[in-house]
Amino acid sequence: MAGPKVAYLNARLIDPANGVDGTGAVLTDGERIADCGPGLFTEGVPDGVERVDCTGLCLTPGLVDMQVHVREPGAEHQETFASAGQAAVAGGVTSLAAMPDTDPVIDDVALVEYVLRRGNEASPARIYPIAAATKGRGGNQLTELGLLRDAGARAFSDGNRAISNALVMRRLLAYASAHDCLILHHPQEPALGNGGVMNEGEVATRLGLGGIPAAAEAIMVERDVRLVELTGGRYHATLLSTEAALNVVRQAKDKGLPVTCGTAPHYFALNENAVGDYRSFAKTTPPLRSERDRKAVAEALADGTIDVIASAHSPRDVESKRLPFAQAAYGVVGLETMLPIALEQHHNGSVPLTTLIRAMTANPAKLLGLDGGSLTPGAPADMVLFDPDRAWRIDADTFVSKSKNSAFDQKPVQGRVVRTIVAGMTMFDATNDA
Amino acid sequence: MSEAPHLAPDLSGIRFSHRHLLGTEGLSADDIAVILDLSESFVEQNRQIDKKLSALRGRTHINLFFENSTRTRTSFELAGKRLGGDVINMSVGSSAIKKGETLIDTAMTLNAMHPDVLVMRHPDSGAAELLSQKVDCAVINAGDGSHEHPTQALLDALTIRRRLGRLEGLIVAICGDIAHSRVARSNIHLLNTMGARVRLVAPPTLLPDAVERLGVEVHHDMTSGLKDADIVMMLRLQTERMQGSFVPSIREYFHFYGLDAGKLAVAKPDALIMHPGPMNRGVEIDAELADDIHRSVIREQVEMGVAVRMACLMLLTRHLSNWQGT
Repeated sequence: MAGPKVAYLNARLIDPANGVDGTGAVLTDGERIADCGPGLFTEGVPDGVERVDCTGLCLTPGLVDMQVHVREPGAEHQETFASAGQAAVAGGVTSLAAMPDTDPVIDDVALVEYVLRRGNEASPARIYPIAAATKGRGGNQLTELGLLRDAGARAFSDGNRAISNALVMRRLLAYASAHDCLILHHPQEPALGNGGVMNEGEVATRLGLGGIPAAAEAIMVERDVRLVELTGGRYHATLLSTEAALNVVRQAKDKGLPVTCGTAPHYFALNENAVGDYRSFAKTTPPLRSERDRKAVAEALADGTIDVIASAHSPRDVESKRLPFAQAAYGVVGLETMLPIALEQHHNGSVPLTTLIRAMTANPAKLLGLDGGSLTPGAPADMVLFDPDRAWRIDADTFVSKSKNSAFDQKPVQGRVVRTIVAGMTMFDATNDA
Repeated sequence: MSEAPHLAPDLSGIRFSHRHLLGTEGLSADDIAVILDLSESFVEQNRQIDKKLSALRGRTHINLFFENSTRTRTSFELAGKRLGGDVINMSVGSSAIKKGETLIDTAMTLNAMHPDVLVMRHPDSGAAELLSQKVDCAVINAGDGSHEHPTQALLDALTIRRRLGRLEGLIVAICGDIAHSRVARSNIHLLNTMGARVRLVAPPTLLPDAVERLGVEVHHDMTSGLKDADIVMMLRLQTERMQGSFVPSIREYFHFYGLDAGKLAVAKPDALIMHPGPMNRGVEIDAELADDIHRSVIREQVEMGVAVRMACLMLLTRHLSNWQGT
């Protein structure tokens, strides 16, 4: 297909899928990447090709956010496909996986088709549906995994609800293995977490809040790993927050089991002290953990135990957060802050830059079966251009997202998105911003 | 004293810089001493025939209770009225909360009526903190979830200080459902600040995680926990927590953790027994012991409650200026 040709010159190319990290150029032709590499355009750029000078900037594949709670259908006042997509491209995210915990729950072929159609019509970023793993996210009856997958569902999840019944989980993984479906799980043993609203420990004890022990996560991941061993189903723990659970995943990977896991920026950037005097914007599930756990998450990112960084973007209106802590809704927005918060780990020397980018591009793309996530010629021209060092202060009031429930409001950060390209088109451009 | 002092005590020269009373965590030893000293003067006043003062004249004091409470609410109401304030009681049954209004909506509505002090009890930890961020007046926490109940700890401290002359160096054993108790948390912070040694005595299921980090000794049996104690403070165990969920049965609980003469024998011979009320006789405390006037100061605690609340109301309202709104 004929389209505009654009040359991105003098960039630091970071393409973990191809092991690339160095100065070079990318040529896009219409919706696809035509060429990429250090030697490109050394002879000059041919006529008829638009030039974008990227000196001092990183050019990477567009970020793939594996966990976004879009809220459409059902709670459009909190977020829509349009607003989530705008927030995504503002944050350098070119593809996002929409979680099925909407109203109605995305547990039917027609609803998956709706998300695909409506989402891609309204959103400047690509939308990929995740379907529910059980009917109505009830944790009992399997959804039509095969038909849903054929309709376009990229993975299966009950959102932030754990599947507590081990037999249901076993059958889910077993059935999924035959259709090569990926099961996403929010592993928190519900009975142990019952009554808890934050991490169990000294802070919760002082505040008089119910605690969720770290063991609630490790126990569930242990169980799931055993079931993966039994069934061979592909399993991904969505958001891990504890050292104990990460050790379980590490061992499972050593055994060669099809187990992967993810985390979100708040689990390596914050600890339970962020709750402070009952800050409901620091109420998340799983909860923010101890400093020891936070460090363990950063280490697991560095050593590759954690495959994916997702934003876990959970828009909430003011009314659902401006409540006593125990009553307040869970979740933080994250699409517009995922990249700078992740880059903090690069700036403080904890995690190599390529590892961070891999966890937000190649790895989630591979798990979801997308052909993006790389700068390989022929791949979709989904890219993000960012200044890794630019210092700025996060201001939730300026978010594009309809909801402002950020755990990072007013935080000084380093690293800013300059341009976001989806299918060869610039969908976000901050080149001229001060 | 031949004549009742109708003027309030002189507060000039007193240093107390807090705008709200949300908890005892964060109060200094000086703050606590100021409150207790002022409370002493009200104890005498409350024993007079004419109890009314005019310190809160023209001030509006609203009691906002989202949980049922007769004792604490009445105590605050009396305290406000004896200081000459206009006291209004709002309880959840008659408020708009049941119509779906949030705590903040209610707070903003009340705030628009220019109260000078809001006294709130709420089932959620942190509710008083949230309220204090949204209103212009002083807030007194009359109990928020399992977090704090500062006036209870202050009245306990006043009771102990009047009986034993000091707080420093005393061994205080707090026994029972620590996990769900705001009274326990407030007492732990206050007693630690005042230099007492705090022991907690409870089965592990009724102790919150990492509680030893609050600077207390933890005991699982009454014999070691009560040994040489000056004060034995019993906590109420809620009925719904007695039957199999946190402890196996009332019978078993009373056997191991109920206070009776036998268990008390290891404490100091003149050890005092305290209870924030209401008591479950035969669950956490033996009925005869609760009524023993030589050991039990439970009724005295109630009396001190009014005096302490008068002191808190007065300290928090003394510097209020006229509203500067638009």
